[in-house]
Order: sequence, then structure tokens, then C-alpha cells
Amino acid sequence: MSNIGDYIMPIMALIIIIFGLCKKVSVFDVFSLGAKDGLTTTFRIIPALVGLMVSVSMLKASGALDIITYTLSPIAKVLGLPSEVLPLALLRPVSGSGSLALIENILSEYGPDSFIGRVASVIQGSTETTFYCVAVYFGSVGIKDTRHTIPSALASDFVGIIASAIAVRLFFDIL
Amino acid sequence: MMNYIWSGIFAVSILFGILNGRMTEVANALLQGGNEAIQLVLSLLGAMCLWNGLMKIAEQSGLTDLLAKIMRPVIDLIMPGLKRNGAAIKAVCMNVTANLLGLGNAATPLGLTAMKELQIEENTGKTASNNMVTFVVLNTASIQLIPTTAGMLRAKHGSLHPMDILPAVWLASIIALIVGLAVSKFVGNRKKYT
Repeated sequence: MSNIGDYIMPIMALIIIIFGLCKKVSVFDVFSLGAKDGLTTTFRIIPALVGLMVSVSMLKASGALDIITYTLSPIAKVLGLPSEVLPLALLRPVSGSGSLALIENILSEYGPDSFIGRVASVIQGSTETTFYCVAVYFGSVGIKDTRHTIPSALASDFVGIIASAIAVRLFFDIL
Repeated sequence: MMNYIWSGIFAVSILFGILNGRMTEVANALLQGGNEAIQLVLSLLGAMCLWNGLMKIAEQSGLTDLLAKIMRPVIDLIMPGLKRNGAAIKAVCMNVTANLLGLGNAATPLGLTAMKELQIEENTGKTASNNMVTFVVLNTASIQLIPTTAGMLRAKHGSLHPMDILPAVWLASIIALIVGLAVSKFVGNRKKYT
């Protein structure tokens, strides 16, 4: 069951390619074209990521991250989360690059297959940069009053983050 | 908001660096943090290209359109009252499909089109309509079927099965999505705009 991911990605890739062939798409040319897009998008995150990676490295080096984690640990305990992922949970709705910098730090420190590493990965995979999304979408059509969007979206993020820890416990038998 | 968070992290780091007597480490972090960012991007680059390439095939072959058609009844359910064959619901379906497939590049422009069409169809001026709120909440909840970035990061750090988190990601995403939609419906029905 836990190896389901090993099957899904290759099979999905195969389905996409075969469907393309059936529809007479010149799959390799189109693939190369798309891969080029991937190149530009990935490079586009560099400036923000450099800025945030530096700040997160400094925060960790100064010992401040440990102090923040320690201070937040009672809250984490109530929510059933490992306290090490709380900074990630707080930054996730605000900044995509910032949370990328934090999760990189968590995975190198605790390992990807540890409980902390898994919860951090699941948080990363099941949440979005909420504030950015709200600003871009409503900003594009000039809407000023977003009504209950932010409370609803944040409620969803909050529950999603708590659910991440529960889901990891559930699927990996960690108590 | 990022201006304050970013500046704040710098200030806090330097303050604690001084208090804890760890300024050497802080200075090193300042020097090397940028390189770590580049290394991270390089390690993601190959897989990002691969996935974007595959998704381009899905787009050109019409697989994305097909999925968007399948999505329609579900969208009808959560965003009621849209014109049956209107441009709005079509754009919404395309955006949701792009999100499911993890096509971030395609999802945003489609989402902006959807917002424009929703505004034309529902015309609520500078105030968001119920369907707009639902649509944006749908976009802030990550509904990506394959969490590629998380998978790539896990592979980079030597995970035995980088994608073994998949069922957990799906469960957490579904719960988050249901809560987001339920809250937006509940509050939306209580506070009718005038």
C-alpha cells in the first residue's frame, strides 16, 4: 500500500504518452517544448529562493529557530504536530519559496523518512500559498471585498496541516 | 507582508546570533545560503522539466480537455447557478483539471480567465460572489494528485520510497478541501451580500 506511489507516477507517464500517440501528437517534440517551459519556471523562483534560503539559514545558525520551535512546542502538542514543523506550517500560506527553504532544512536535518520529515512532506504536498493565490485571483478582476475567502481558506489550511500529522500516523503506524 | 517577514527574520537572526554568541555561524549562513538555494533549484530542475514536458503532451493531445469534461458535474455541484454552457464553467473546469494534474503554469492563466468570466456572468461589482469565493478557496487548497515538489525533495534527501506519502497527502488534501468548501458555503449562506 505504501508503495502505491512507485506505480502511479510511471503509469501516469505511460498513459499520457500513449494517449498522445493515439491522438497523433508528435510526442517527443511536444515533450521537449514543455520541458523548456519547466526550465524557465524553475529558474524564475531563484531570486526569491536565494533571499529566503539565506534568511532561513541565518535563522537556524543563530539558534533562533530552535528557540522558536521550543516556544511553540506547547501549541504543537495540543495540535498533535511535531513542533519542528510549526515554522513550516506558519510560513506555508504566506510564501512558497520560504516554505521550500524550511522544508529543505527539515529534510536534511531529520531525514525524509522520519516522522517529522514525512509530516513536513505531507504539509508541503497538501497545502498552497493561500495569500498569494487570493491576492492574484481577486486582484486580476479588481475585487476589493473578498468577503469570507480568507477565513475559509485559512480554516482549510489549518485543518489540512493537522490532518497531515494524523494521516502520517495512520498510514505509517506511528503512535 | 513578505517585506516584514523577510526583514524580521534577518533582524531576529542577528539579534539571537549576538545573544547566543553564534555570529560566526550566522555570517557563514549569510555567505552560503544563496548557494544552497541554487543547489536546491538545480536538484529540482530535471524532474520539473520532465513533468512539464509530459503535461504538455497531455495538453496537446486533448487529455486535459477530456478530464475537464469529466469534472463538470462535480463543479456544477459545488458552484451552483452557472450558465450550463457558459464560458465561466468551462474555464473553471479547465483550471481545476490543470490543478489536479499539477500544471501550475497553466492553472493560473486559466484561473484568471475563470475569474473574469465569473465576474461577467455574476456581475457583483467590487464584491466577490459566492461562486468566486468557492472558486478561490478551491485554488488555495492544493488538489494536486501527484505532489511532485514534495516527491522530488524527498528523493533528493535519499528517501527509500519518495512517493510513499501519497495516500497521506490525498487524505490530508481531501479533508482540507472539504473543510474549506464547507466553511465557505456556511458563511456564504449566512452573510448574503446586499
